[in-house]
Amino acid sequence: MVEVTLWGALSQLAGGQSKVEVEAKDIRELFRKLAEQYPAFEPWIDKGIAVAIDGVIYRDTWGKTLPLGAEVFLLPRLAGG
Amino acid sequence: MAGVAVSTVINGDAVEYLCQPDEPLLDVLRDRLGLTGAKEGCGTGDCGACSIILDDRLVCSCLVLGAEAEGRRIETVEGMAHGEKLHTLQQKFLEHAALQCGICTPGFLIAAKDLLAKNPDPTEEEIRFGLAGNLCRCTGYDKIVRAVQDAAQVMKGA
Amino acid sequence: MNFDPRYSGRNFSSVGTRPIRPDGVDKVTGRARYGADFNMAGQLVGRVLRSPHAHALIRKIDTSKAEKLAGVKAVITAKDLPDLTNGDAGMYDILDNCMARTKALYDGHAVAAVAAIDARTARQALKLIEIDYEVLAHVTDVDEAMQHHAPLINDAIFTEGLEEKPVKPSNVTKRSQFGHGDVHQGFGAADFIVERSFKTEQTHQGYIEPHACVASVNLDGTAELWVCTQGHFVYRQHCAQLLGLEASKLRVTSSEIGGGFGGKTHVWAEPVALALSRKAGRPVKLVMTRDEVFRASGPTSATSIDVKIGARKDGTITAAEATLRYSAGPYAGSWAEIGAMTAFACYRLDNVKTVGFEVLVNRPKTAAYRAPSAPMAAFAVESAVDELAKEIGIDPVEFRIKNAAQEGTRSSYGPVYGPIGIGPTLEAVKAHPHMKAPLKQNQGRGMACGFWFNFGGQTCVDLNIGMDGSVSLAVGTVDVGGSRASLSLVAAEELGIDYAQLKAVVADTSSLGYNDMTDGSRGTFSSSMATISAARNAIKILRDRAAQMWDIPVDDVVWEQGHAVAKGDKYGNLGKLSLRDIAAKSGTTGGPIAGHSELVADGAGVSFATHICDVEVDPETGATRVIRYTVVQDAGKAVHPTYVEGQYQGGAAQGIGWALNEEYIYGKDGRLQNAGFLDYRIPVCSDLPMIDTQILEIPNPNHPYGVRGVGETSIVPPLAAIANAVSNAAGVRMTHIPMSPPRILAAIEAERG
Repeated sequence: MVEVTLWGALSQLAGGQSKVEVEAKDIRELFRKLAEQYPAFEPWIDKGIAVAIDGVIYRDTWGKTLPLGAEVFLLPRLAGG
Repeated sequence: MAGVAVSTVINGDAVEYLCQPDEPLLDVLRDRLGLTGAKEGCGTGDCGACSIILDDRLVCSCLVLGAEAEGRRIETVEGMAHGEKLHTLQQKFLEHAALQCGICTPGFLIAAKDLLAKNPDPTEEEIRFGLAGNLCRCTGYDKIVRAVQDAAQVMKGA
Repeated sequence: MNFDPRYSGRNFSSVGTRPIRPDGVDKVTGRARYGADFNMAGQLVGRVLRSPHAHALIRKIDTSKAEKLAGVKAVITAKDLPDLTNGDAGMYDILDNCMARTKALYDGHAVAAVAAIDARTARQALKLIEIDYEVLAHVTDVDEAMQHHAPLINDAIFTEGLEEKPVKPSNVTKRSQFGHGDVHQGFGAADFIVERSFKTEQTHQGYIEPHACVASVNLDGTAELWVCTQGHFVYRQHCAQLLGLEASKLRVTSSEIGGGFGGKTHVWAEPVALALSRKAGRPVKLVMTRDEVFRASGPTSATSIDVKIGARKDGTITAAEATLRYSAGPYAGSWAEIGAMTAFACYRLDNVKTVGFEVLVNRPKTAAYRAPSAPMAAFAVESAVDELAKEIGIDPVEFRIKNAAQEGTRSSYGPVYGPIGIGPTLEAVKAHPHMKAPLKQNQGRGMACGFWFNFGGQTCVDLNIGMDGSVSLAVGTVDVGGSRASLSLVAAEELGIDYAQLKAVVADTSSLGYNDMTDGSRGTFSSSMATISAARNAIKILRDRAAQMWDIPVDDVVWEQGHAVAKGDKYGNLGKLSLRDIAAKSGTTGGPIAGHSELVADGAGVSFATHICDVEVDPETGATRVIRYTVVQDAGKAVHPTYVEGQYQGGAAQGIGWALNEEYIYGKDGRLQNAGFLDYRIPVCSDLPMIDTQILEIPNPNHPYGVRGVGETSIVPPLAAIANAVSNAAGVRMTHIPMSPPRILAAIEAERG
């Protein structure tokens, strides 16, 4: 079980919860389970969500494992110059 | 519109071309003669990317008509190196990394060549004002000024 | 992919040196080919007709007269670019921005285009296109656009991110919020509170090379595009989707790029050029004029920001709050969101809250501009931080050091930081001789901090070893400022060969796998990771070939300093095989030797900078001169330090222009009044001093060499550093960027009463 912190917009879609618990071994499974639990997340996942695991931001590596007890934070996927 | 026949000298070579009466020299160089070293950054004489030397005078070639080159001498960036040897300014621009994207570089090299021809030992301020007609958006000018300072020292000793 | 990207300390022999760039000679001799320097046989000239109105319904377009003009080969409107975006809202906006469909949304919005035998004919043809506009009320100011009575730009927009879905449409597309703790409680614990409102005006990236391309669509559905872009693979995807082409049949070649800074990250006129070529059956060259670049290609947001920060007498910040409103042009964006994430990222805060509003206005579609959205937020926050330090009576550097984020701090945007460089940049500034240099009358010193995320992304590299032992490196990230040099250094380092033995090129989309564009400071970070991986793959093959040549097991061959070495006493008399030795025999040991890498470079590592600036303000005219400037920034590891310095200096110079001069000026009619370099004045050589740099190297744990992105962070602190310096010199707090002479004069006069 990992505790996932949501940012404002997702938190609203999750009924105001800022943290949700998900059983997931990697980012791919995390997104799959989140989409099952919160169908409203799906368009956001399609648009791109970044995942910070212990402070390191992953944007595309969906195979990245979620270590036990890791701090997992979802963030909007941003533009750069 | 009938074309104007022009005879001129570009980088030491006699060149003849036909151009429209309202055609900028920059377009002639780039589109008719294939000399694309001079760049169009604005077309209004504000950026200096199209700088050339016309009869010992630094000009924006976008503000000169092709027809005005009749009987005159043009120097462009393509004429700066000789054979296998780069001009000192070109070499110093490379050594000092005075370019990032490089689009302004031909204009700066020509402007700096003109500056050093008229003032072989410029102060930093003279370099900065001498090159103020050329825009660079990448470097903050620091390394360009240093390259010109270094080139001036080398050229003085030559 | 078995590539381990983690940092491992090592001694470098190539990385960290300063050789001449591989593309240098082409660029100083005028041979380098940029977007407009390429031509195809039989090419036509493309030109775009643009709306003179800020907001207008397009009732009817009559192109018949233009089509009849001799020499005109194609005229297109939105009808020739049908909507193939299939519900992809972001791509639909890009399509609509390339060619207005029902409404012109800003002065400069494309409404039609022609291809003709020459520029003169094309210009004449544009004049013959008749458009029946119904002019609508417009709004260009970010605060005005948020008012209830403001003209609606898109009546299908209902603000996202509100607790309750709004019942009426508005110009606010999204609200976003970040933070943690309880700011109300935090302000309650404060002894001092500073609360201020700030504005920044819209600026343009100001790349010297206008957008340019040559498009050629063939009758068999294949196409070629030569284009100046920050990401040719991304342009290929965009164009293929918008034109209904198969991506792999559209070959996109990136020209040398004359500056981008974020402005060349999505298509503007390229789909138009392809549509013209398709219709005319001939190649089409389309080059924007400078006027078009300003009116119709991506400026940054104009902003309006409120900041409130509270601290105790001992200098501990107890709470920080900001509301940020960013203009997005006429299409939805996420610019305020980024501002809200970055605003307080430099600090260790128990209670922080930021709220962002994305606002539609009748201005060009906002594009990324170097650390997009961060400089404006930093201007507001760092100005307030300075003011608060002053109120408490504590040195502004000490105040920042006391509150700086560090490893383990929860960032204001959420996650906890790993090893970061904000503290070290502040300590370096504190110790810097610049801070102790004397100032004269009317001079002032300011400093400020800045933060940027940095990105990685999809990356692909091919490394091919010639029979003569020379090495070609094909990368897919466009080189915007010297990355071919840094990537050659990395390949040389990994292979253990001389830099001069390598040549790096940017490959076209048909010659290499997909690469994300060069944005988010990712070019050297990502492609160096892929280069290291490709080189290691090549080394595996080199070892195998050496093993064959020696007829020993490959496990007994190691790679050391550019040579295969047989390990173990039994091979004592085998000597070494150089890369050249092995390459020379490659034809009979298994064929060509190459190393490939396809990876996602994640874990880019956030970066911080602190800048110091001295200015002199003329109290009679309000004119400001920057007299000394110092940049201190963490690079992780500077691969080619000279080009890292160049990024620092260039970012600072752009920031200086933004702070003091540059702004989009709109008339009451909603038209841009300064669409040229004469009136939109970017800094020239005589405006600036030398820009000193200090590179710190705090290794990024997620890159084998510790590299972090360096391109963007340097533009984040300048607005605030200069504002703080001006405020110290003129004795008034400047809250509106740019601090042009009239604004400074007005502030001085207001202060005098």
